[in-house]
Amino acid sequence: MANKVIYAVYEDPEQLKDGARKLVSNGIKVKDTFSPFPIHGIDPIIGVKRTRLGIAAFMYGITGTCLATLGIWYFNVFDWPMDIGGKPNWHYYQNVPAFIPVTFEFTVLCAAHGMALTYLIRNKTLPGMPARNPDPRSTDDKFIIEVRTGDNHGHSAEEITGLLRTTAVFEINERQY
Amino acid sequence: MHAEAAIREPLILGHKTYHDITNDIVGPIENKAPRGWYILTTIAGLIAAYGTGCILYLISKGIGVWGLNKTVDWAWDITNFVWWVGIGHAGTLISAVLLLFRQRWRMAINRSAEAMTIFAVIMAATFPGIHMGRIWMAYWVFPLPNQFGSLWVNFNSPLLWDVFAISTYFSVSLVFWYIGLIPDFATIRDRLTKPAWKKAYSILSFGWTGNAKAWTRFEEVSLVLAGIATPLVFSVHSVVSMDFATSIVPGWHTTIFPPYFVAGAVFSGFAMVQTLLLVMRKVMHLEAYITKKHVEYMNIVIIVTGSIVGVAYITELFISWYSGVEYESYAFINRATGPYWWAYWAMMTCNVISPQVFWFRKLRRHLGFTFFMSIVVNIGMWFERFVIIVTSLHRDYLPSSWTMFHPTWVDVGVFLGTIGIFFTLYLLFARYFPVLALNEVKSILKTSGESYKNEAAAHHHH
Repeated sequence: MANKVIYAVYEDPEQLKDGARKLVSNGIKVKDTFSPFPIHGIDPIIGVKRTRLGIAAFMYGITGTCLATLGIWYFNVFDWPMDIGGKPNWHYYQNVPAFIPVTFEFTVLCAAHGMALTYLIRNKTLPGMPARNPDPRSTDDKFIIEVRTGDNHGHSAEEITGLLRTTAVFEINERQY
Repeated sequence: MHAEAAIREPLILGHKTYHDITNDIVGPIENKAPRGWYILTTIAGLIAAYGTGCILYLISKGIGVWGLNKTVDWAWDITNFVWWVGIGHAGTLISAVLLLFRQRWRMAINRSAEAMTIFAVIMAATFPGIHMGRIWMAYWVFPLPNQFGSLWVNFNSPLLWDVFAISTYFSVSLVFWYIGLIPDFATIRDRLTKPAWKKAYSILSFGWTGNAKAWTRFEEVSLVLAGIATPLVFSVHSVVSMDFATSIVPGWHTTIFPPYFVAGAVFSGFAMVQTLLLVMRKVMHLEAYITKKHVEYMNIVIIVTGSIVGVAYITELFISWYSGVEYESYAFINRATGPYWWAYWAMMTCNVISPQVFWFRKLRRHLGFTFFMSIVVNIGMWFERFVIIVTSLHRDYLPSSWTMFHPTWVDVGVFLGTIGIFFTLYLLFARYFPVLALNEVKSILKTSGESYKNEAAAHHHH
């Protein structure tokens, strides 16, 4: 039997969530959802794990702090201690208050750009990438659940669509893949 | 679903559906631009071209063609720089600070405010660039290895802090803005039918799909970027103020500068947002999304920050007397009664006295009056920077060096030119980009939309 992908189209995020809950409670795995804006509370229903982008941003930030500290120490303390108004930079700690602004800005710079790049790469969204949403209406006003029969060996396509029809679904589309 | 109190005014008027929001925002991009757009863009473009000419003339001749002299060696250039950076503060404040405070009214205005921020920061960065005289040496502001031996930039100097602050602020604001734009570009991509345009928006949308994980990441990125952009906004204008405050020039050498500059920046930034949005809402028929309530909220921010600025002016005045430093005292007496008294009183009237009329609810919600006030505030904030910079420099410790500053046509041309370039960029944005964060607006439709709120209220009563 060929594998089928089923798209259940909803008109409201709350109705989609009810539909997803019904599928999951009947032991059917939901592959993904597509929506024009974030559906709050869908992640725990369909088992999407929490993103670790926040941790990544923290790591990038710390890297920025270290690089800035190292750089400023090298430029203004080690390589050429500047003597401004009789206040030479003989030691990093003596001048550290004056070094805070650049260290802070560089931390933010690294955290923000590191996170943004990681985000774009992890989402596979880069210039020229093809769009993979199943239906152009999913960026306008439709909310779509994707279920694959290949993920749900115990359930037939008819059983899944039958179950979906008991929810507030707007339309159901099936495709071979 | 998150419910909202019935007494809160709706943020989206009338009966809108998700599809209506797409139509209202994407429609103007698909259709031919109205004649007014061509007229405005032509005017702005001509001013921009004249300004660019002035900048090229300045670069080819050197900054001697400006009215600067040995005593007043910073004048319109740095005034314009600080003015534009200040205007640039509202965008990030709206999108970052208001996001952290979960203010839903920001969703209709954040996109255009962020665009304004980016264009304003570009205009701001122009001034220190051309003030260097030899702009082709501009990369010397970065700590780059060079053939002069151990010659590095000075990390003790606020001028260098500014390089890092402004470049970080610009690039982070740009990324924040673009990440928000990606899903909206995808909406346009999926709707357009003309192949060339579809292709263009397809490239701009980076292949956005809108699946569950992508949205989770989107929300995380927005939140974290907002979290780090918030201290960034405050740091940027604090650092700008330290360009002055760490010097020993009377009138500049005050510790109040950082908070006072930040409040002033937000004040002028919101005024510029009002100027732009009040026109845009009318021309692009966005009355349902940018409501009187939005205008009122922004006017409340204007009155709060305007009052902070007023308190700062008076504190400055008091401290100059209380400090017992005669140079400081003189600097302030000279500001109010010296040859630049008109600039000082223009600043006081526009920034301190006039915004207080927003205590009246009727005026706060009056669109024409708000537009007028937004211009007044922007004029006032330009004079504030002019007063701080020029009146402090033109008479300092050495009376034999006292002089006046007279702008030349190049000073005027460059300033007008940046206004022209700014408006050209903004008009192009309004034509080809989604002017509202339409996907964010959709997400509050069912909680803050007028018809949905009324329905929910009706359910309650029965």
